This record gives sequence, C-alpha cells and structure tokens, in this order.
Amino acid sequence: MNNLDKYNQVFCETFSVNSDVLGTNFSNDTIENWDSVLQLSLVTSIEDAFDVMFEPEEIMDFKSYEKGKVILLKYDVII
Amino acid sequence: MRLNGKIALITGANKGIGLAITQRFLGEGAIVYAGIKNVAEASSDLNILKTKFDSQLNIIKLNVTESENCKEVFQQIKKSCDKIDVLVNNAGIVSYELVPFIDFEKLQLMIQTNVVGLIKMCQLASRYMARQKSGSIINISSIVSLKGASGQAAYSATKGAVNSFTLSLAKELANSNIRVNAIAPGMVSTERLKQISQEKFGDKVSQIGFGRMASPDEIADICLFFASDESSYVTGQLLGADGSLTI
Repeated sequence: MNNLDKYNQVFCETFSVNSDVLGTNFSNDTIENWDSVLQLSLVTSIEDAFDVMFEPEEIMDFKSYEKGKVILLKYDVII
Repeated sequence: MRLNGKIALITGANKGIGLAITQRFLGEGAIVYAGIKNVAEASSDLNILKTKFDSQLNIIKLNVTESENCKEVFQQIKKSCDKIDVLVNNAGIVSYELVPFIDFEKLQLMIQTNVVGLIKMCQLASRYMARQKSGSIINISSIVSLKGASGQAAYSATKGAVNSFTLSLAKELANSNIRVNAIAPGMVSTERLKQISQEKFGDKVSQIGFGRMASPDEIADICLFFASDESSYVTGQLLGADGSLTI
C-alpha cells in the first residue's frame, strides 16, 4: 500500500466515505460531521499510519484533505 | 507486584518525592523512565537504583519547560515500549516569599514548570494513552493549594492551577479510560524542605497534628495506589496528605 492509499484509507474509515469523494473540496467547511472529536481521531490515525507525531498547532490546522498532505510533508511524508 | 510490566514516566525523579516514587514503582515491577534535568548530575541515590534495577530503570534527560524535549521523551518511550501506563508529574519549583517580595521572573519560571510544563506532559501522555484506552496520570500538587499559606501565595496559585486542570482533564479523558488524580502533600521531609523549614517555617512542625513531617515514601505509597489497578475506578480526585496540618 503506497502513501496515498494509506492516507485515503484513514479518511475513508474516519468519515465513512468512499475514496472517490476525497479531494480539494474535502474539508471541515464542506463535511458536515467534521467536528473536533472526529478531527482528533483523524489526526491520531494519520499519526499511527505514518509513525509521526504532530505539534498541537498542526493538529488544529489539519482541517482539510489537502492541508493534511502539506502538514505530512514537514515530516518527509509525500502523499 | 502491583505495577508489574507497567511503563511509568516520572518527572523530577532525581531526589525527594520523585526519587521515592521511582524507588517504589521499581520495587513493584514497573519499568520506570526517571526524568531529570541533567543526566550527568544524577543523584547518588538515583545511581544506586540504576545499579540495583539495571534495565528496569531508564534515567533520561527531561526538562518540562522544553517542549521539544518532552515530545522526544514520549517518542522514545513509544519506540521502546509501545505504550505508557503511568505519568507522574512531580517536577516543580517552590517559592517562599510574601506577596510584596514576589519575584516575577521567578514566578514566570514557576508557572512554566509547575503549570505549563505539566499541561504539556499531560497533553502528550493523553494522546498515547487515548490510543491504548488506558492510563493513569498523577499530578503532584500541594496542600497549600487547598488551605493557603502565608508566604506561598505565588506557589499556591500554581498548584491551584494544577488542581483545576486535574479535575477538568479527568472529565475530558474519562471516556478514554484514562484516570487523572492529584496528590496534595503537606510538609514532606525532603532534604530541600528540611534545609528551608528552619529558616522559613520555624516551629511549623508543631502545627502538624501528627507532630512530624511526612516521609517521601508515604507520598510514594499514595502515588502507587493511583498508579495501580487498585484505583481503577478513581479519577478526578485531589488527595490531601498533610498529617492534619494547620497552616
């Protein structure tokens, strides 16, 4: 499984969606059930999947599918 | 053994209460990460424990005011043990001065250590513990946070913050099965307090109902209770241990 597959899998499991809906429009502004609890769950699963640990400000900033990719890049994880 | 196989991180473990907790936990089978500011300056007592318990004791550099250092410590524990069961936030700075003499530079450092550093440690620990759906966080407060003490207004304020943080965190983490409790010791016969008590407190010992200070081991015993499964249904508690002290 490559990084993109792992990344998508976490989103799909966290939000109970199919991978075809993931993209630039997938964010806390567009997804109704994206609340702080789900965001924390998402971030924790991403950390586990890629063996990283985010800073608190990165957790707060992880508010979209695309933003997550940018944050992971700081940890040399290329999606 | 009451902590067999449990992974415990103790801050301020070089001497006093932290050292006693370290010793008690090791004796009960825990694998202990003893956080101290400077590993090169480990106390002889801590080194003796290292000799006795060998790989069961890990003496690590931990300055709770250094956020990056805190993070590294948790990552190291995760890498080595893949879990953390117990966090004891014992590191702290104490001050004794009347309000007109409060040194604000020292106050800032005290807040950074006693409050901000403790919150940082709890934040990191809770993120690992939440994944495990288990854990115990024990914050070392002080009886002056509950009863007040002349000459310790600034210090008691920081410990008051520890108490309220403990109560709220316990509520926030309850659904992750993480317990959060605080111990509020009265006068404990650490070397530091023994030195200071004569010049600052005079005959305060006579105001203790038991007529004596607590030993660090007695505080460690309470800590063991909160760390062990014996307190599996206890969270959000501030346990005073002051031998009936009248401040």
